[in-house]
Amino acid sequence: MSATTPVTRRDFLRVSAIAGGGILLASYIDPLSASEVGSGAAADAALNAYIRLTPDGIVTIIAKNPEVGQGVKTMLPMLIAEELDVAWKNVRIQQGDLDTKNFQGQVAGGSTATPNNWLPMRRVGAAGRAMLVAAAAQTWNVPVAECETERGVVYHRASKRSATYGGLASTAATIAPPDLATVMLKDPKAFRIIGQPMRGVDTHRIVTGVPLYGIDVAVPGMLYATFVKCPVFGGKVARANLDAIKALPGVRHAFVVDGTANLTGLMPGVAIVADSWWQARTARTRLDVTWNEGPTAQQGSASFAAQAATLAKGPAQRSLRKDGDVDAALASASKKISGEYFYPFIAHASLEPQNCTAHWKPDGQLEIWAPSQNPAAGRGLIVQTLGIKDTDITIHITRSGGGFGRRLGNDYMVEAAAIAKVVGVPVKLLWTREDDIQHDFYRPAGFHYLSGGVDASGKVVAWRNHFVSFGDGQNFAAGANIGATEFPQHFVPNFTLEASLMPLGVPTGYLRAPGSNGIAFATQSFIDELAHVAGKDPLQFRLDLLAQPITEAGGVGPQAAPYDAARARGVLERVREVSGWGTTALPRGTGMGVAFHFSHRGYFAEVVKASVSRDGTLKVEKVWAAGDIGSEIINPLNAENQVQGSVQDGLAQALGQEITIDKGRTVQSSFADFPLIRFAQAVPVEVHFVKSAVAPTGLGEPALPPVPPALCNAIFAATGKRVRSLPLSNHDLSWS
Amino acid sequence: MKVTFKVNGQPRRVDVPGDMPLLWTLRDTLELKGTKFGCGLSQCGACTVHISGAATRSCVTPISACQGADITTIEGLSKDGTHALQRAWEELDVPQCGYCQAGQIMAAAALLAKKPHPSDAEIDDAMQGNLCRCATYLRIRQAIHRAADLQSQAVQAGEPKRLRGSKS
Repeated sequence: MSATTPVTRRDFLRVSAIAGGGILLASYIDPLSASEVGSGAAADAALNAYIRLTPDGIVTIIAKNPEVGQGVKTMLPMLIAEELDVAWKNVRIQQGDLDTKNFQGQVAGGSTATPNNWLPMRRVGAAGRAMLVAAAAQTWNVPVAECETERGVVYHRASKRSATYGGLASTAATIAPPDLATVMLKDPKAFRIIGQPMRGVDTHRIVTGVPLYGIDVAVPGMLYATFVKCPVFGGKVARANLDAIKALPGVRHAFVVDGTANLTGLMPGVAIVADSWWQARTARTRLDVTWNEGPTAQQGSASFAAQAATLAKGPAQRSLRKDGDVDAALASASKKISGEYFYPFIAHASLEPQNCTAHWKPDGQLEIWAPSQNPAAGRGLIVQTLGIKDTDITIHITRSGGGFGRRLGNDYMVEAAAIAKVVGVPVKLLWTREDDIQHDFYRPAGFHYLSGGVDASGKVVAWRNHFVSFGDGQNFAAGANIGATEFPQHFVPNFTLEASLMPLGVPTGYLRAPGSNGIAFATQSFIDELAHVAGKDPLQFRLDLLAQPITEAGGVGPQAAPYDAARARGVLERVREVSGWGTTALPRGTGMGVAFHFSHRGYFAEVVKASVSRDGTLKVEKVWAAGDIGSEIINPLNAENQVQGSVQDGLAQALGQEITIDKGRTVQSSFADFPLIRFAQAVPVEVHFVKSAVAPTGLGEPALPPVPPALCNAIFAATGKRVRSLPLSNHDLSWS
Repeated sequence: MKVTFKVNGQPRRVDVPGDMPLLWTLRDTLELKGTKFGCGLSQCGACTVHISGAATRSCVTPISACQGADITTIEGLSKDGTHALQRAWEELDVPQCGYCQAGQIMAAAALLAKKPHPSDAEIDDAMQGNLCRCATYLRIRQAIHRAADLQSQAVQAGEPKRLRGSKS
């Protein structure tokens, strides 16, 4: 019943017949796993395969990556369906479980799903199509080259014969699969699915209230848990009134979890487990814990600012990059300026609070249902923390009510597992909103001490950035680093980038366009300052800067993709055109600002038009975004949504988001003091794409970083006030 | 306490703590998971349901206040997911993560029941309490206008007017 091809390359395909006349196509990464899986048992293996084609012509595709709102559950199957050449209406999509043996990269992070899957997914689909064509050719005894396909049917036009994929499936299962590395892919001009607006595969379920999310998981016999951690990061439980808590209505268990010292792992705390979450939550209000707060209680935002100012006065601890002689260039520059930039810690604030359901069974098996962006890492954390083998853990990936990088961490998963280990029955851990805001892995704050100079012609000749960030010795805290070749390195002859680090007891992490979301504010604002001091149009000034690459192009950003100045210029030119930049005189109090940034392999330039009344009331009027993420916009319907959302997200950050730390704890606790953008603030966003001849890349992140600087540059154009720290709610923007 | 009320047209009886919010009664007692928990503080609107047609934050509505109430949740907005708002939401593919959208739709349904053709300003005003972390506001606004059009087309075509939004 099964044909397994012994191929030694990295990607290969296992093909099986399904009882009843279908075909199963599964691509594997590690050849060793194929022999373990063996043949037969195709039906059992179905959930671990990418494609199952049944005689009714229905193609079921497993969506392997976590869906957090980025549209991957729709996008990856589109790639397969395109090359398989089936009608999209006949495609069904199922969320896959975590299966590291068969799937690679089940992660929602770094805008990586598109670049990592663009070829592999298409190849799987193309291989399936090739086998169905071969099956038809064999059946009809005609050359393969004379057969063609269209929407799930193979045609032999000369003999006017046709056969549906469903009818050919069982024959195709006997055909030797083609080599995935060389299988023929479609000419992009023939794409029928890629590039078409496709609705999200879960949209109908979302608008009708079907359970989809981690918080919706219901397991028979399930209890509900709340977990109370020390408000000071790293604090431990000294004592708690557990007996009193256990006596409260509905409470089944109350116990101390010792936890570990890993700030992004299992922190110490008190678990309360009850018949309903409301009862657990109510009991929590009566909990009286004495904490050993530990050394982080000495830390706070004010002291970070004071330390940063002191560090900036002295020599930097580390040199990250040195081109030319920045001191000499500054000394001889025609005009020079300096600026101190700051952006705060911010929280992710995904709308679905962190949660996880876990069942630690009597036989030692652990079953988990988790809204995680990185479930494999969560499994690793559980293995490391709780002494269980990874083969004894099953993880079901649920849809997430927002990710934004927060769910790359898996603290809620290891907490649920630790609680489940004690209670022995299924348990759903659910955080409160306050838990979520106060125990995030925050976008780290950052301090940039910048100086720069231009020559008499207005060219940038010197750039120095002393970046004061957080870390331990030589290591930057998570999300707190800067790339040595961060722009404008490569375009300025005398360039120095150096860093000093402050110790931090607050957990940090990755937030949508990590690094870039803060760095772009500092660099693109300071470039604006240089443009004004040079007396140049800020947009043209950027084009001029990009026109003259000086040093070798280095890798930039998390994927170390080389900087392509032509693509950066392309998005700037497009945004100039669509925004009408510089073509109309704006009244005092109204201004346009521009910024661009390269991150996660995507180039975005954005123009913000904003007005500021004399009393300082800011109104963002419109945003134009131009992006270059390669040769195809795979799903334009989702792409526009992602860019518009990223832009509003960037505005929310700039307008009012700030997490402050006081005595080692987070001051803010809800949407009242950590504001998301609301309806009336939502800004019209015009989205444009520039296509360039490289494979498509991701869109979850790169549209965000230019927003805060473009807004602040617009405020400068409107008022003459230069904003060097975020959020804007801390500034008086009034003018006269 | 024992509370009797109607949910999506069906009589229901529960026996839960009187201070338990309607949200948790719906989600964990009646297994209606469509209504979402976002904050528990009446700040985000993810938990919006209708009580006698009025958009209500179920996370701060104690079950003790629901005796005899007529409650509609996203599951009961229409029989088969064909309320004009649901159709418009699908047509425009509004959701990203989708978590807030049940609350958005319920808030919008209450608005359309009162104002069949709301202006942008009226939409902003009525929807100001509903957060979308993915910030799909532009599409939500567009979808509300589209739903208004779908409803008036249905009226013109002689179909029964479905402005109340509940139980088609």
